Amino acid sequence: MKDAYTWGAILVIVLASSTGDVLLSRAMKQIGDVGKYSRRAGLLAVVSRVVRNPFFLFGLVTMTLAFYSLLFALSWADVSLVGPASASLTFVANAIAGKIFLHEQVDHRRWMAALMVAGGVALLAG
Amino acid sequence: MTFRKYLVLAGITLFAATGDSLLSHGMKQVGSISLTHWTSVIFAVLNPSVALGILLLLGFFISYTTALSWADLTYVLPASSLGYVLLALIAKFFLHEHVSTMRWFGIALISSGVGFVTQGPALTPRNRGKSANSLGTRTLP
Repeated sequence: MKDAYTWGAILVIVLASSTGDVLLSRAMKQIGDVGKYSRRAGLLAVVSRVVRNPFFLFGLVTMTLAFYSLLFALSWADVSLVGPASASLTFVANAIAGKIFLHEQVDHRRWMAALMVAGGVALLAG
Repeated sequence: MTFRKYLVLAGITLFAATGDSLLSHGMKQVGSISLTHWTSVIFAVLNPSVALGILLLLGFFISYTTALSWADLTYVLPASSLGYVLLALIAKFFLHEHVSTMRWFGIALISSGVGFVTQGPALTPRNRGKSANSLGTRTLP
């Protein structure tokens, strides 16, 4: 029963964190290079612009959901299972989501990298 | 990619690995939380290890959003995944867990994946052919 809870929490982590990643990426692309922006307008202007971005705020909510599911999962199972399992699935989910929702150029190099990292992370669990 | 930008990627890696380790250490102290007493997860953040872990994860979050402002999501994630290697090393040398051959193989695979993606471009080119309204020429309030 605890196993089912753990995998349920891992599924929530994967879905919530990849949604959050996509939303945060969208928000930060709208804002642009924060290094250049802060040199021109100051750090405070950057922060206030970031926290007023709706994509950022919604991303923060889904990231919080992922964080609390992680806390639940960690209280039920070892970090050596929860960490790699949720991370490797998130890598693959993000490669797909990055291509579909962010229209990023996910070329052979990036697919290979995502799969290699996901595979490597899965091996860490073994 | 400048040296500063690689430094931000290194920051993501370091903060994530150390933050996760502390979180795990703290949640072991807090113990198993049942769904019928789910509110106790809120008080779990009062554990010192969990609190320090959250502080480090805040550092992770800042460097992560910074990186996303100038690089693709599908670049940042693999490029900053050396944290899992670091996590395994922390497990071996600080938490004295056994790191098997399988795990070392996993570490090698992740490292090659990171090397692979960082050879390529960091950002998908946008608005080719259009001169106005590209990301570089955005006007600020």
